[in-house]
Amino acid sequence: MTSQNKTMHAQLTKKYADATIGPDWSIIESTAMTLMRNAAISIPVDFKDGIRDATKTERNPLSLFVLEQISENYTTAETDGRPMCGDTGLPRWYVKIGEHCPMGAGFVRLERTLRRATAEATRKIPLRPNRVHPLTRKDHDNNVGIFAPEIDYSFEPDVDWMEITTVHKGGLFGSDYRMLFPADGIDGIKRFFLDTFVEFGRRGMACQPAVVGLGIGGCKDTTMRIAKEAACLRTVGDRHPDPQVAELEEEIKSLGNRIGMGPMGFVGNSAVIDAHIEVAYAHTGGMPVAMHTFCFASRRATARINANGSVEFRSDPKWFTEHHRREGF
Amino acid sequence: MTTSPIDIDHLAMKRVDLTCPVDPAELRKLQLGDMVYLTGTIFTGREGLYKRWLDDGIEPPVPLHEISNANFHCSPAAARREDGQYDVKAVTGTASFRFGKWFNRFFERSGVKVIIGKAGLSSEDYRRLFVPHGAVYLTTVGYGLGATYGHAIRHIPAVHWLEELGIAQAMWVLEVSSMGPFIVECDAQGNSLFELSNERINAGLKDVYGDLPQPVLRRFGEVIDRQQEVI
Repeated sequence: MTSQNKTMHAQLTKKYADATIGPDWSIIESTAMTLMRNAAISIPVDFKDGIRDATKTERNPLSLFVLEQISENYTTAETDGRPMCGDTGLPRWYVKIGEHCPMGAGFVRLERTLRRATAEATRKIPLRPNRVHPLTRKDHDNNVGIFAPEIDYSFEPDVDWMEITTVHKGGLFGSDYRMLFPADGIDGIKRFFLDTFVEFGRRGMACQPAVVGLGIGGCKDTTMRIAKEAACLRTVGDRHPDPQVAELEEEIKSLGNRIGMGPMGFVGNSAVIDAHIEVAYAHTGGMPVAMHTFCFASRRATARINANGSVEFRSDPKWFTEHHRREGF
Repeated sequence: MTTSPIDIDHLAMKRVDLTCPVDPAELRKLQLGDMVYLTGTIFTGREGLYKRWLDDGIEPPVPLHEISNANFHCSPAAARREDGQYDVKAVTGTASFRFGKWFNRFFERSGVKVIIGKAGLSSEDYRRLFVPHGAVYLTTVGYGLGATYGHAIRHIPAVHWLEELGIAQAMWVLEVSSMGPFIVECDAQGNSLFELSNERINAGLKDVYGDLPQPVLRRFGEVIDRQQEVI
């Protein structure tokens, strides 16, 4: 960097530092740390209630025993302040930024802050350092590496806040993608769901009871992305505003609980806590479909940082706003 | 699939407390669905340990039979404290079928009799790999009872190969007190509780699928028979 550039860089940094959200950029760092801790330890209340409801209707003694142990484990995690699952997942971030949010130091600084918070939280909570180089298996022991953690963005008009959500999802079993075609129709989607869920539900590889997220349409990567967001960023009981999609959500949930499977692949009727579906405009010839299962270690935490620097921790990420799902401009 | 006289609708599901190293005679009494709680010393191990020892021929710093005869397939949420000790807050099982190719040599050379993990193996593998060595398989519950199991850890006497394998793959020696419940998934005869559950679920699958059609575009190597498993 030339000395002239250095001076300009210093001036710009100072200028934007003054315009940073809230009185101090460190608010984002401390909020991110709190979110990492909350996600790892406290399961959101909507999912806990979902497990409790399943416990009321499950009749198989083995499956019932597992459900009761799951609820007890939630309590132990909170009482002891320890992660509720030993596999603390692949931490990732979802950031929703308001149109008038004073972003100050900007996105580069934001990403650096979230990456630092991920590493710090991994050491302090502690989390399992899950992220390794896929070929060399090299582990930085901090859950940070190439394209890790993922940071996804969405934007919201007419508001001045920023919302940060972290999701800690496991990553080995329970997800799949398939290119279906208009001729496959709704039945094809149901069959894809059954195939995936039965395949990974056996022996409880998917760590059900789970929230099933289906993505229908879009490009392949969009299909996978919205399926994961459907599973991880909506609350139990929430229904899609499109009545046709909402109806399919109900059907998938009830179909999943008719398989005859409970937690761990034991006999039962409590495999699906809820089903969420998101749709995206697809290629005119295709109907790609993807599925993710958010296991009973359904870890997610959200905070809204207001323009004045105040922080509200929220149990609903409200990721899918009307604007986020817009069809027009 | 082997027919079995075990009635999964009427499992005793009785609590069994075992001390590690576990007496092989106690293991022969275990029934599918029993809830086991372990007290004593166990050690973690997964592909890192198996590969380094059995494929690369590097001996562990301490012979495994001197540590314990119970091997937990897991890696902990752990961190080094400033005083040099380790915090292990949560542990859960990891899927065991991935380690099948090492089991025979592992049992032979380690003397291990109890494997604790996630999702088990097939009864065919149990009869081929476990039964000849008098070993049983206990499955973790859930599988996310990280806090429950972590709560039962009293002390970390040693961590081996931490530098070489990293936190997630290192061999953690754990002193535990009533760590459980672990469900007996494979007994001394090599029966599998998961497979018996599958048999029951399979009986209703045809009805659940109804007349949902094959996708118009098939895939190479697609397993059509949903009575089967993918492990």
